[in-house]
Amino acid sequence: MTGPATNDPADLTIAAAGAALRTGDLGAVELLDAVIARASVTEPHLHAYLTLDRPGSRDAAEAADRRFAAGEPSGPLDGIPVALKDNLCTRGVETTCSSQVLAGYIPPYDATAVTRMREAGAVLVGKTNLDEFAMGSSTENSGFGPSRNPWDTDRVPGGSSGGVAAAVSVGSALGGYGTDTGGSVRQPAALCGLVGMKPTYGLVSRYGLIAFASSLDQIGPLARTVGDAVDLLEAVAGFDPKDATSIRGDVPPMRRSLDTGVAGLRIGVVAELTGEGIAPAVAAGFRRTIDALAGAGADIVDVSLPTAPHAISVYYLIAPAECSANLARFDGVRYGLRVDAASTEEMMAATRAQGFGPEVIRRVLLGTYALSAGYYDAFYGQAQKVRTLMRRDFAAAYEQADVLVCPTSPTTAFTLGERTADPLTMYYSDVCTIPCNLTGDPAVSVPTGLDDHGLPISFQVMAPALGEEMLFRVAAEVERLSGFDARPALATSEVLAP
Amino acid sequence: MTVYEAVIGIETHIELATRSKMFCACAVGFGAEPNTDVCPVCLGLPGALPVPNVEAIEGIVRIGAALGCEVVEHSLFHRKNYFYPDLPKNYQISQYDVPLCINGHLDIVVDGETIGIGITRVHMEEDTGKSIHGSEGGRIHEADHSLLDFNRSGVPLVEVVSEPDIRTPDQARAYAVELQRVVRSLGVSDARLEAGSMRFDANVSVRPMGAMPYGTRTEVKNMNSLRSLHNAIAYEIARQTQVVSDGGIVVQETRHWNEAVRGTISMRSKEESEDYRYFQEPDLVPIEIDDAWRERVMASLPELPSVTRSRYTAAGVEPSSLANLIDDPAMAELLDGAMAAGAEARTVANWLAGEVVAYLRQEGRSVADTPLDATALADLGAMVGRGEVSASAAKDVLRGVLAGEGTPAEVADRRDLRRISDSSVLEAALDAVLSDHPDELARVRAGDPKPLGYLVGQVMKATGGRADPAMVSELLRGRATPPA
Repeated sequence: MTGPATNDPADLTIAAAGAALRTGDLGAVELLDAVIARASVTEPHLHAYLTLDRPGSRDAAEAADRRFAAGEPSGPLDGIPVALKDNLCTRGVETTCSSQVLAGYIPPYDATAVTRMREAGAVLVGKTNLDEFAMGSSTENSGFGPSRNPWDTDRVPGGSSGGVAAAVSVGSALGGYGTDTGGSVRQPAALCGLVGMKPTYGLVSRYGLIAFASSLDQIGPLARTVGDAVDLLEAVAGFDPKDATSIRGDVPPMRRSLDTGVAGLRIGVVAELTGEGIAPAVAAGFRRTIDALAGAGADIVDVSLPTAPHAISVYYLIAPAECSANLARFDGVRYGLRVDAASTEEMMAATRAQGFGPEVIRRVLLGTYALSAGYYDAFYGQAQKVRTLMRRDFAAAYEQADVLVCPTSPTTAFTLGERTADPLTMYYSDVCTIPCNLTGDPAVSVPTGLDDHGLPISFQVMAPALGEEMLFRVAAEVERLSGFDARPALATSEVLAP
Repeated sequence: MTVYEAVIGIETHIELATRSKMFCACAVGFGAEPNTDVCPVCLGLPGALPVPNVEAIEGIVRIGAALGCEVVEHSLFHRKNYFYPDLPKNYQISQYDVPLCINGHLDIVVDGETIGIGITRVHMEEDTGKSIHGSEGGRIHEADHSLLDFNRSGVPLVEVVSEPDIRTPDQARAYAVELQRVVRSLGVSDARLEAGSMRFDANVSVRPMGAMPYGTRTEVKNMNSLRSLHNAIAYEIARQTQVVSDGGIVVQETRHWNEAVRGTISMRSKEESEDYRYFQEPDLVPIEIDDAWRERVMASLPELPSVTRSRYTAAGVEPSSLANLIDDPAMAELLDGAMAAGAEARTVANWLAGEVVAYLRQEGRSVADTPLDATALADLGAMVGRGEVSASAAKDVLRGVLAGEGTPAEVADRRDLRRISDSSVLEAALDAVLSDHPDELARVRAGDPKPLGYLVGQVMKATGGRADPAMVSELLRGRATPPA
C-alpha cells in the first residue's frame, strides 16, 4: 500500500458499497456525490472521462434510493456508480469512440449491455476515454488527449480502455465496462491494478458496441475485486436476439466456485508467453503467484502453444481487415463530422482524412490492403487459417490443464510517449492478451503486487469457452493468495486532502 | 462474311415481399414517407448489428427450389465493400463464394421450342437506399443537391444469376417472363418491373457462330420493362457485331440502356477495376439449413408454371390459351376445379381464355369479382356434352353467368338458349323452310345433295341456332325421299 486508505465511499468495493446501501448506512445519491467529488479532484490529473452525465446519474441514483427505501433493490449493482467506455452507445449521451469523426454524436439508443446495466440499477457516471475506436494500448491515440495512470501520472493507464481503468482505479467509479478486442480490458486493468475480464465471445451482446473488429470485440468488466467483476458481468451477460453472434442458452454459473480454491486443479504455464520479452519484475511476480498456487494445492504443468508467437501477426491482419469495413460508415453523409468538398466522393475522403487519427488511418489502410484482390489469400486468408490452428493449439493445451496462465502485460505501466514513435513496440504490449481474442475464450487479469516503482503487476488466467466458473474460481484464489489491496497514489488521503 | 451469335447471361434482382427487412424489424412497405421505415440497423448507425430474417431465407429457398437448385446446407454471408451515399454502412451484406442455392435451371418456350437455361446461383443480399438527385432537369450531372431515402435500405433482395445460355433477345425476354411467373407463383414477391421489385442486368457478348471462346462482354443495366430488356439486348448485339465486324475491340464495361435515345451508353469506365474486397461477414454466423426445414419448404411449393403448362397441354388445352391460364392463378384454379369435376379441359380453357378474359377486360374486373366458379364451368360443360345447349349458345350462357344472372341452367332457361330437340317443333320449322324453298327441295328430291346444308342452315337460323342440327338433318333426309 502506497498510502493510508480513506473512509471515503468512493474507495469502497461494489460488494461493500452494496452492503452499505442495503442496510441504509449509505445512500445512492451520497455515494454518487462522493464519486463525483473524487472525479472533480482527480480528473485534472487523469482525464479519465470524456463526458460526465450529471443529470442522468443523479436521476438514476435517486431512483435507486427510492428502491432501497421501498425495500426493493434490483440486485448487487443497484445504486452503484459505474463508468462506461465511450464506444458503448448511450441513448441521449454523447458517444464518440474518442474520435473527432464522432464528436457531438448522440445515439438514439442504448447498447444492450447498457440497457441491462441500467435495469440492474447501476448509476452511469459518465463516458470514459479510450484509444480512438479502441485502437491502441495506452489511450494516447485518443482524439481528445490521453488519459493518465493514477499510480503515476507520468505513465499511461494502458488501453484501449484506459479511461475506465483510471476511473475505477482512482475511485471516480466503483466499477466499469470496457471492450476487449486484443486485451483492451485486461491490459489497462493490469496497468492500473484492477481485475479486468474478457468473457467468452458471444456471452455479452455486442449490440450498441461501436465495432472495431467484430469477430474479436467483447464487452468486459473492470473492478477492484474478482467478486465485483462477477457482479458486473452477471448483470450484462446472456443471449440477445439483437446480436446474431450472441450465445443462446444459459449463462455459466460464475459465482458458485469463488471460494472453492485450486486444490487438485491443473494450472498450465504457457511456455511461449512467460519467457522472452517479459520484464524481470513481471516475471518474478508471475513466479511468486505460481509458487503460491502450487502451495495451495494446484498441480502446475508446463504447456506449449506453438502458434501463440504468431498471434500478433494474425491479429494485425484480421482486426484491421474487419475495421476497414466497420469504419467505412463514418463518411460524413448521415452523422458526425462532415468536411465539405466539391463532390460527394471528395466530401467523404476529406471527412475521413480529417476525422480519423493516424493510428486509425494506419489500420484502415492495412486492412484495405489485406483484403484486396490478389492479396487476400496471402494475408487475410492465411491469418484465418492460423487462427484456426491456434484454436486447435488451445484445445490441445486444455487437454493437459484446466486453465492456462501467463502475465497479462509483459511490462508494468510505461511512460507517455515511450512507445508512440514505434507502432510495433506498442503492438507488442498485447502479446499475452491477443491469443484469447483470436480463440474467443475467456480470460481475466488479476493484480498480484507492485514492482520497484510501485506499479501494479498482474497475472492472467485463461479458460476454455464458457469456462467462466473455472476462470473466476482460479482468479479468486490468486486474489486471496496475493492479498493485493494497494491503492494508487492519487486515491490516497494525502493527495485528496484539501 | 462472318456470322455472329450472341451469348447472353442475365442477373435478376428480386425484392422479397417479406413483412420485415432482411436484417432488422423495420416494415417492408412502399409509398411510406421517406426515412420513416428505418432504425439503427438499416441506417447503419454506429453499434447496430444485423440479424437475419428467417422469412426471407425461406423466400429465397422457395425460389431456389423452384428453379431446381441445390439448396446448400451451410452458406455464408459476406461483406461487399464500396462507398456510395445510399449504402449506409458503405458495405452491402451479400453472399460471395458460398451462396444458398446453386446449379438450377429454368425451361423457357420460344416459338414452340423448349430451351433449358442454366441457373448458376441464387443468393441473398440487402437492398440499398435510394438517392434522389435534385436539379431542374433531374439529371445527375446537373444536380446541386441529393436527397437520401433509406426506406428501401435493407429490404431483402434475391439475386438470380443465369448461365450464359441465352442467345437472342426473344429468349432473354422469355426467360424474364418465365422467371417472373415462377416468382409470382411462389408468392414471395410481386415481381413488378415498373416498381423496381424485379430488375434485370444483362451480360452480352458476341462471337463468330460456332466459336467456342466467349467474346468480351458488356454489362447492360437500367432496363425497367420487358420491352427495354429486349431492345437493349438487341441494340447491344447489333452494336458489338458492328464493332467486331469493323475489326474493332469490344471494351469490357457497364452500359446503361437509355430509353430516350433507344441505345446503350457507356458508364464510368473506372468501374471495371472495382475491387469489392469481399470477406465473411463477422456479425453473422453461417446459415445452416436443416433437412427437416428444407423438406417442409419444398413440400409447401405450389405447382410450378412449367409443370402446369405441361399438364394442361397433356389435357388437350390449346397453346393459345396457356398464357392466360398460367399467368393468372385464379384462372388456373377455375380450370383445375372444372377439370376435377369432370369437364373437358380444352373447352373450359377456351372459354376462360376467350369469353371470360374478354368480359373481364371489358368490365375492368378480375375473375374473383364475378360469380363464376368451377362448378358453373363444369355444369356448363356437361350441358354442352349432353347437347342441351349448342357450343355457340354456351358462350351466351357463360356471359349470363359472369353477369350474375344465375347458374348455367337458370341462364339457359331465362335467356331461352336451350337446344330444341322436340321433333314436332323441329318438323314445323322444317316445313316452314321447305315451303319457302320449293326449288331447293325439288333439287334434293332429284338426288342433288348440295342444297341440304343450306336448308339445315335455314332451319338453324329460324330457330335462333337452338335447333339440334343432327335431328334437323335426319328429318330433312326423310323429306328428301319423294312421298311414295
